[in-house]
Amino acid sequence: MAGHVELFNLTKIYDPARNKVAVVREFNLDMHEGEFVSLIGHSGCGKSTVLTMVAGLNDVTEGAIVVAKREIAGPGPDRGVVFQSPSLLPWMTAFDNVMLGVQRVFPHATKAERVEVVSYYLDIVGLGSSMQKKPKELSEGMQQRVGIARAFALAPKMLLLDEPFGKLDSLTRMELQDVLLGLLQQNRVTTMMVTHDVDEALLLSDRIVMMTNGPEARVGETLVMPFERPRVRVDVLAHKSYYELRGCMLGFLADQDKRHHVPEKEAEAVGPATVPDLA
Amino acid sequence: MAFLELRKVSKAYGTGPERTEVLKDLDLSIEEGEFVAIVGFSGSGKTTLMSLIAGLIKPDKGEVLMRGKPVTGAGPDRGIVFQSYSLLPWLTVRENVGLGVDTVHGKLSSDEREKKIRFYVEMVNLSPAIDKRPSELSGGMRQRVSVARALALNPEFLLLDEPFAALDALTRGTLQVEVERIWRRDRKTVLLITNDVDEGMLMADRIIPLTPGPGATLGPSFPVHLDRPRDHTELNHDPEFRQLRNSVLTYLTEIRAQHRAASRATAPRNYKLPNLKPIDLRYL
Repeated sequence: MAGHVELFNLTKIYDPARNKVAVVREFNLDMHEGEFVSLIGHSGCGKSTVLTMVAGLNDVTEGAIVVAKREIAGPGPDRGVVFQSPSLLPWMTAFDNVMLGVQRVFPHATKAERVEVVSYYLDIVGLGSSMQKKPKELSEGMQQRVGIARAFALAPKMLLLDEPFGKLDSLTRMELQDVLLGLLQQNRVTTMMVTHDVDEALLLSDRIVMMTNGPEARVGETLVMPFERPRVRVDVLAHKSYYELRGCMLGFLADQDKRHHVPEKEAEAVGPATVPDLA
Repeated sequence: MAFLELRKVSKAYGTGPERTEVLKDLDLSIEEGEFVAIVGFSGSGKTTLMSLIAGLIKPDKGEVLMRGKPVTGAGPDRGIVFQSYSLLPWLTVRENVGLGVDTVHGKLSSDEREKKIRFYVEMVNLSPAIDKRPSELSGGMRQRVSVARALALNPEFLLLDEPFAALDALTRGTLQVEVERIWRRDRKTVLLITNDVDEGMLMADRIIPLTPGPGATLGPSFPVHLDRPRDHTELNHDPEFRQLRNSVLTYLTEIRAQHRAASRATAPRNYKLPNLKPIDLRYL
């Protein structure tokens, strides 16, 4: 169970001394090894809060996060993270940016082996001929490819993607989704992704968790994707359930829009929802 | 006679070995009152195409004709909205829109002028902010000013160059609906350049893909026969929408894959991943 992930009663209250309002309350989620789960919801619904807690970058107020049978405490290379901006070191080449982490997690490997790991992932994301370029010589889409290669190269137990393609235009985004799909096909890492993009979630996920608007965000509804793997975009789009599922998500998001404007008391009356048991 | 016609238009930048062909033998024909969306990949020459039509640059080969006459320069018959709003920062909303009004209506009384300005500012729902300067406005509001200024030219032809690309998803959705509504009122000819298939589906009569560059050209036209006004969520239930959306996305996916395969100088080297175990840094 190297990549099994469990979030148990996860609750986050920023500044608990002064403020009793939880951003996220009693969030429960079980991910089996190799599963791809997307969190979708409006801005401010707390989805990034959940993700950064799993990354260990944000303290947990109550509850626990267990990755590969161990409770996490702080960030570590067992969880690879890709943010919206690639955060590459500007004075280093694409190759050196990836090598930086590889050196840390494979200290016992030979130099040739480490070079092979870095080259392998840069080649697979389509940067085989641009490894020696610095970030400013690469387009935003290319920079994000380096970010993805860097995360995979650490052989993480889990991958955390926080709107990884949010800053890219819609056609470049599609291209990178295909790159990610290809990488995951070869290497089924347990993955949690936060996104706004309904089509992105449908293409990549095994399960989509729709979050209610914060504060007190919880799991609203969960959708299980019926598409077979390995997946190809064209086939997924043509699947008979694709637009039904898309409609469910658009409907849920539109509903949350309306609920955003009702007085707080009514909003509280919306009952808690739990993730259905999908074992 | 078509309203706008491009005949075998080619454009390249640079000289010698550095020369890059951006557009090659591009043909396009737009009828009066039509709303056409051109969907293209980043770097494929979308803005070059727009600049040619606007008359800001000249083609190396071929012709750009408007109502049968060659386009020789920029003019107020074509209003342009860019992705970067290009407002004058020291002028208020009223003054920025006033520039447009003055360009086409030189000799108006100040009452009439004010009336016209208010009309266009109201059209984009900015009346409460009419005395604000661009720095006091959000991105979405700035883009509204830019739209109002272009409309104030009362142009025969509106050119929209990725107008909503820099906005967040919610604002983008609102502005798409507003601009489509304004278009429906007087049905001027519009050319929208975008990277978003759904934007085209929501607004246009016809979607034309621009193939990946260099040497980009236009793909087949996809007519969009969906009732207006169109709603993003409702469209999703429409079988015609689903089929058309899939056709466009499939076309774009395939043309890109073909292009990648053709332009790849060397095959992927296929490195072999060594079997290594990462150390656990927690025990260091």
